[in-house]
Amino acid sequence: MATSDMTVSKKIKPRLAVFKFASCDGCQLSILSLDEDLLILDQAVDIAYFPEASSKMQEGPYDVTLVEGSISTPEHLHQIAEIREQSKILITIGACATAGGLQALRNFADADHFTEVVYAHPEYIESLSTSTPISEHVKVDFELWGCPIDKLQLKQLLSDLLAGVTPRFPGQSLCQECKRKSEVCVLVSGGEPCLGPVTRTGCGAICPSMGKPCYGCFGPADLSFPNDREQANAASLAERFATELKMSEDEIRRRFHLIYSYMSPFKEIGDADKKGGGNN
Amino acid sequence: MSSRSIKVDMVARVEGEGALDIEMDGNEIRHVHLKIFEPPRFFEAFLQGRHYSEVSDIVARICGICPVAYQMSAVHAFEKLFEVKLDPQVRKLRRLLYCGEWIESHALHIYMLHAPDFLGFDSALEISKTAPEVVKRGLKLKKVGDAILETIGGRAIHPVSLCVGGFTRVPKKEVLAELLGDLYWARDAAVETVHWVAGLDFPDFSQSYTFMSLKHEDEYPFNEGDIFVSGAEDDAQIPVTDYEAHFEESHVAHSNALQCHYHSKPYLTGPLSRLNNNRDNLHPLSSSTLDVTGLKLPLNNPFHGIVARSVEMLEAIEEAIDIIEAYDPPAKPVAEYEVREGSCMAATEAPRGVLYHRYRVNAEGLIEEAKIVPPTSQNQSRIEEDIRMLLPSIIDENDEKIAHECERVIRCYDPCISCATHFLKLSVTRN
Repeated sequence: MATSDMTVSKKIKPRLAVFKFASCDGCQLSILSLDEDLLILDQAVDIAYFPEASSKMQEGPYDVTLVEGSISTPEHLHQIAEIREQSKILITIGACATAGGLQALRNFADADHFTEVVYAHPEYIESLSTSTPISEHVKVDFELWGCPIDKLQLKQLLSDLLAGVTPRFPGQSLCQECKRKSEVCVLVSGGEPCLGPVTRTGCGAICPSMGKPCYGCFGPADLSFPNDREQANAASLAERFATELKMSEDEIRRRFHLIYSYMSPFKEIGDADKKGGGNN
Repeated sequence: MSSRSIKVDMVARVEGEGALDIEMDGNEIRHVHLKIFEPPRFFEAFLQGRHYSEVSDIVARICGICPVAYQMSAVHAFEKLFEVKLDPQVRKLRRLLYCGEWIESHALHIYMLHAPDFLGFDSALEISKTAPEVVKRGLKLKKVGDAILETIGGRAIHPVSLCVGGFTRVPKKEVLAELLGDLYWARDAAVETVHWVAGLDFPDFSQSYTFMSLKHEDEYPFNEGDIFVSGAEDDAQIPVTDYEAHFEESHVAHSNALQCHYHSKPYLTGPLSRLNNNRDNLHPLSSSTLDVTGLKLPLNNPFHGIVARSVEMLEAIEEAIDIIEAYDPPAKPVAEYEVREGSCMAATEAPRGVLYHRYRVNAEGLIEEAKIVPPTSQNQSRIEEDIRMLLPSIIDENDEKIAHECERVIRCYDPCISCATHFLKLSVTRN
C-alpha cells in the first residue's frame, strides 16, 4: 500500500500540519480527543498548522500532513495541489478524504435533481458537481479509513511514523473482529442487513455489539492484501439481501450507498440500473 | 475619506472554516461579513428518498462535535409523528447521552478553543507549557464526557445506538455505574473550572440581546421544551411547531449558511441564552457556584459565554450523576410504534444552541422533505452585529489588532461552521 518513503527525521522535530476540506470536523476532533497523549504528541512534533487548535498558522513545508475532507469546490483543486507540494508525507484521515464521504452521494445524482433543490440565490455558491477523494487529485502516502477514524488507529499511525515504521492496518472484514468478540451474528441470527461481511475492520465491531447491523462506515474490506485471502464480495451480499431478507433494489442500494458510496465494490451496487446515475 | 479593509482569512480555534471581512470608509462601517466558506454538502438533497430509520446516521455526519444533537432532533421529530410512547428510563438515558455531548463539547471549547484568548496564548498546547495542570484538567473533563458517549453509544463521535423508539441496546446498571468515579472527580473539576473562568479578565462589552432557548417546566432543557424568548424583545413562549412562523431564514451573498432572524432582528442562542432563561432549573450546586462568581443574570456580555458554558458543564455532570445513580434499565430498549405519513418537527439543545429539524415523511416511511436549522446559522447575524458594535471602540488600533479583537468576539459564540453550512440548498457548477 505504502510504497513511498514514510520516514521522518529523528534529528529535528517533524513539522505536522492538519488541513480540512468538505467534512464534519470529526476526524480532526479525534486528534484533540487523544487526551493527555495530545501533550505527548505536542512534545514529539512541531504542530505547525492546525487552525482548529491554534491561531498560530505557520507556512510549509511540512514533514507530515493530515488531510480531512473531500474535494468539492473549484478552489479545493488548487489548494490540494499546493498542500501536496508542501508535504513530505501526506496522509488522508477519514471517509471524506479517502472516499469522498457521505457527500459523494451527489456523484450519483443527475444535474436535474440538484436544479430542483436550488435555493434563493444559487449564484452565490460555488461547488463542484462531485465530491471526490484526495487520491483522485494528488499522490497520497497513506490512508486512514473510517467515519470517524478510530482513535487507537490514529495513535498507532502517529507512533509508527515517529518510530520510522511504515504503518499498516488489517483490511479484513468486520465479521472476523465481531466473531472474536463473540457477538451474536446480526445477519444470520438476527436477519438484519449487516454489512459486516464486506466492511473493513477497525471500529471494534461497535454496531453488532449494540445489536445493530453494520452500516459500512469503515468502507469496503481491503482488496489489496491478497495474503488476507479475502475479497469483499458486495454483489453476493446484495444478492443475499434480496433473496433471504426480501429487500427491494432501492433498499439494497441505500444500504451500500451511505458513507462509502463512491468506493468499489459498494459503488457498483444498484448503480447500473439507476436512472441518470453517474457511473464515474 | 480613506477606505479601509480588514480581513481575517481563516478564523482559528472554531469548528469548520470561516473568514471575516470588514469594509470601512474612514470611521464609517460599510459592511461586516462573517463569511462561511465551509463547502456545502447537500444534506437536504441526500435525505430525500431515505428511510426515516437511516436519518440519524446521516445527520450525525453534519457535525463531528455535536452528532448527538443532530440524531436527537431527528428521532424526536419522528417520534412525535409516530406518537411513540417512550419508556421513562429511555428518556433518562437520552438525557444522559446528551450530558456526555455537552460535557465533551463544552470542555473542548472552554479549555482548548476559548481560554487561550483570555490568557494571551495561541493554543491550549502553549498554555500547557506554563500551566500543564490546567490543560490536563480540561482534557480529562472532555474524556469524562466522551466516556458517557462511548458507554451508551459505542463511540464518542457518531455514536450508533440511538434510534426511533429508544436505543438499539441499553447499558447494564453496573456498566453505567463504572462512570461514577470519574464523574465525582469531574464535578469538583467543573466547580474549579467555573471559579477559574470567572476570574478571567473580561472586556466591558455588554449588549442588548434577544435570548432564545428551549425552556422546560422543571428541567434544564436538553431534549424537550418550548422555545422561550427574553431580553431585548418581549418575553414569549413559542411551541416548537410554530418555530418557522417566528424565525425566518435568508440567503446572503457572502455566506454558505443561511442567516436567521426573529421578527426580522438578530437573536442569540446558546449557553448565555439558556442560562438566562433557565436559571431556576439549575441543580443547587450549579446555582450556588454561579452565585459565588458574583455575576448577575441576565448575562449580557458575550465574553461571559465561557462562564455560562462552565456552569452548564457542571450542570450536565450533576445531571449525569443523578441519572446514573437512579438508573434502572428499561424492560425494552425500543418502544413499538406504527409508521405514519405527515410532517413533523423537533428542536433540542445542541451545545451551541437550539437545533431545529422538520421532515415530511410518506406512508412508506421515506423522507420527502427535510429542513435543518443549526445554532450557528441562527447566531451568524448576531455575531456580525456584535462586531459592528465593537468596531467604534477599537477603530484607532492597527488592522492586526482589530482583526484579533473581532476574532475574539466570534469565538465567544463557539461557532460550528461545519454545521452551519450543511443544510444549504444550492446550485452546482459543472466541471
